[in-house]
Amino acid sequence: MEKYLYIALFAPLVGSMFAALFGARPKTVIAGLVPSTLLLISLIASSVLLVHIIGGGEVIHVEMMTWMATGDLYIPFGFVVDQISVTMMMVVTIVSTVVHFYAIGYMDHDKGFNRFFAWLSAFVFSMLILVMSDNYAGLFIGWEGVGLCSWGLIGFWYHKESATWAANEAFIMNRIADLGMLIGIFLIYWNTGTLQYEEAFAAMPGLDNATLTWMGIFLFIGAMGKSAQFPLHTWLADAMEGPTPVSALIHAATMVTAGVYLVIRSNELYSLIPNVGLFIASLGAFVAIFAASMALVNRDIKRVIAYSTLSQLGYMFAAAGLGAYWVALFHLMAHAFFKALLFLGAGNVMHAMDSELDPFKMGGLGKVMKTSMIMMTLASIALAGLFPLAGFFSKDVILEAAFAEHHFIIYTVLLLTAGLTAFYSFRIIALIFHGEERYKLFGFHPHEAYKFMLVAMSPLLILAIIAGSFRTTFFSVVEEILSATEYHIHSHVTYWVMTIGTQLFVILAIAYAYKKYMSRDIKVPDGTSKMENSFKYKLLINQYYIPYFYEEYLVKSYRELSTVLWKQVDMKIVDASVDGIAGIIYGTGEKTRNMQSGNLSTMLKWMVAGTVAMLSLAVVFGLAVRYSDEIKTILSGLGV
Amino acid sequence: MMEIGLNHYLVLSTILFTIGLIGVMRRKNLLLLFFATEILLNSVNIAFAAISHFYGDLTGQMFAFFVIAIAASEVAVGLGLLIVWHKRHSNIDLDALSTMKG
Amino acid sequence: MFEAIAFYLFSFLTIAMFFITVTTSQALYALTALAAGMIFISAFFFILGAEFLGAIQIVVYSGAVMALYAFGMMFFDTTREVKEKHGNKYIVVGLSTLAALLVVAIFAAPIVSDNITALYPMVEGAGNVQQVGMVLFTKYLVPFEVAAIMLLVAMISGIVLAGKKMDLSLTLYSTAEIKDMKKDQEKKVLS
Repeated sequence: MEKYLYIALFAPLVGSMFAALFGARPKTVIAGLVPSTLLLISLIASSVLLVHIIGGGEVIHVEMMTWMATGDLYIPFGFVVDQISVTMMMVVTIVSTVVHFYAIGYMDHDKGFNRFFAWLSAFVFSMLILVMSDNYAGLFIGWEGVGLCSWGLIGFWYHKESATWAANEAFIMNRIADLGMLIGIFLIYWNTGTLQYEEAFAAMPGLDNATLTWMGIFLFIGAMGKSAQFPLHTWLADAMEGPTPVSALIHAATMVTAGVYLVIRSNELYSLIPNVGLFIASLGAFVAIFAASMALVNRDIKRVIAYSTLSQLGYMFAAAGLGAYWVALFHLMAHAFFKALLFLGAGNVMHAMDSELDPFKMGGLGKVMKTSMIMMTLASIALAGLFPLAGFFSKDVILEAAFAEHHFIIYTVLLLTAGLTAFYSFRIIALIFHGEERYKLFGFHPHEAYKFMLVAMSPLLILAIIAGSFRTTFFSVVEEILSATEYHIHSHVTYWVMTIGTQLFVILAIAYAYKKYMSRDIKVPDGTSKMENSFKYKLLINQYYIPYFYEEYLVKSYRELSTVLWKQVDMKIVDASVDGIAGIIYGTGEKTRNMQSGNLSTMLKWMVAGTVAMLSLAVVFGLAVRYSDEIKTILSGLGV
Repeated sequence: MMEIGLNHYLVLSTILFTIGLIGVMRRKNLLLLFFATEILLNSVNIAFAAISHFYGDLTGQMFAFFVIAIAASEVAVGLGLLIVWHKRHSNIDLDALSTMKG
Repeated sequence: MFEAIAFYLFSFLTIAMFFITVTTSQALYALTALAAGMIFISAFFFILGAEFLGAIQIVVYSGAVMALYAFGMMFFDTTREVKEKHGNKYIVVGLSTLAALLVVAIFAAPIVSDNITALYPMVEGAGNVQQVGMVLFTKYLVPFEVAAIMLLVAMISGIVLAGKKMDLSLTLYSTAEIKDMKKDQEKKVLS
């Protein structure tokens, strides 16, 4: 069984290194096919492991080699395949394989084709390390690895200034959060003496509440960066500068869920500190509605989908914060499938419309792109949480959990968000695929994507539809290691009212979206309409002015500080002293060169100088000899 | 102040020696450089004679005697060399004397 | 008291003369001042009771050495003003002051201690010349002879360096042979 673990883990690495060999060459299809195939192999290996775990097999634990063994610190490169990690492995490998095959078609005309696959497979490798590692250090390695690969992929088109800026923003924000995470890891090591999950969690009930609270808070700060919770959320929307497959893989299914994974993995810690859990849940609920509100008015389809990811991450954190870890994991899994599908569909649309992003310039594309329309619509239905697609089984359970635990504010917020989610998702669908064909005014000639790309997307479609049925299996498998509570609403009546009510609310929202945006007289907004100039609209479309705030008050002042430090401290002090030392040596050499100039007068002067030196030595030694006893007493007094 | 002791002579000798050093460092004409060298030698002679007088020892005077002999022969040989140099280069400026550059 | 007056008078004069020697730009003045300084130094020797040394000083220094310098000056035609380029005078003054201070400090030290014994003590009663003679020809005989050889060598070198037509030996060849050799040389040069 171990060999399946190693195959699943290292196949993407081999694929990445293979593609990297072609990095500087022009596009060769083999550089795309081999990584994709290797990822398929990884997927198969993960499935074998999944079957093993579901069939009741025992958890596989390997220690590949020792990383650090110094003093009391022992950190191995160890990997574990238990119920949580095998779920994540499946999610990662399924979505990655689909995205790899899709990208062969999407990046067809791109010069950096080979480089793209190198980065992409490297990303998958890092993510697998993250989810398969059995200690916090390995998790951190994977954490940083996905951060790096995300940087490389967001800034893939590095000639574009906006892309490199977005990549740096993502990386730096993650780095800031990583500081918190590192402090959390240090606290864990300091208090429990180990970073291995099992041993650390075993030692935790013995610690006092304050320490545990700090640990939980700091680890969550790291999760906030990676999963783009407020206030470290601005990078996610800007990360849409990268190619669409990147958005599908990284910013829908894998990297942003790493934070949720961290919280789920550390569930034994968070169960001990329910106050922090409540904070996490509240923050998650806030982010959910916050992101949904910004998606209502945005005119960039990828950004809308990005905000919806952010919103769903809020749902996941809300679930995890309330202690419903298995629900969070389940929603993570389902969300990965339909969100990736949504992104890939948007990729098809963009490809057809020459990378145009404004849905108001599209319209009526359903006639030309039938398959994409069906896929995206089904994905949106899943996202909205309509029965019987996947979203219903995961999202509604979160709502139930909130209600059952009597957190009614969180419940209301999440319910509202569900409605908003449905509305904005279908706003986009309606604007793109239905209504009048506005694109003809702008001279676009859309066509459907390549067949093999659609074929590649189909597994996601199927999973988005049927994933809900996995719930009972999932629950039974996962309940062994996650505190699995079935959420019971006390009376059946309340339960049915809630469920049916939610469904109706969502359906109404969808209907309203269709009605509003399918009408014949939608025009491209050009900044003059009354709604565009209203305060609410401006607030939302500028993302509540938070990026502006960061730029003005944080980035500018930091840049000033850096410039000052550079010009005044580094150049004037550090450089000057190093140059000064060299200058002194140089100058001394210049001056003493005169000793050998051949000029007798100078030599005579040097002779006198030497005589003076000798004489002073003689005086000093004479004095020392004369007063040697006194010198000895002074030195012994100083303790020499 | 009235009683002349050894210290007075030694201080005098030091002053004359210093004057000689100034001359050696300052003079750029070779002939005048030789003059300064003579001053150095003479100041030392005074010191020797003074010490010999105040300690009742003849060694100092003997030494001064030999110093005088050596100074005389030094002058002879030095001037001879100077003449040869002058025949070659027609000037006796010290700054031109730099073939021993290193 | 006379000793004190004499000492201060001659010391002032000596210092003045030697100062002129090192600072004047006229070579003739320098020479004259040097000669005067020599004489005054011999006065010191007489004060200190080293008459032999004082006489030697006058004869050798002011007589022979100064005469040599005077001939040298005539030869180099430095009776005119000497133009000299001077370097940084602060170095000169600074170094010399330092040297002076240090030497004084060194001299001051062992004089305080009194454990210096005479190697060749003076004999009471005999005059200075006799005492010098007694020591010179007994204890310092070898250095005396060596000094004599040195003077001889110096004399010969002075003649060889400064003399004209010193490449031919005047004693080995007769005058007629020398003329022939000269003609041969000239023939070679012309052809």
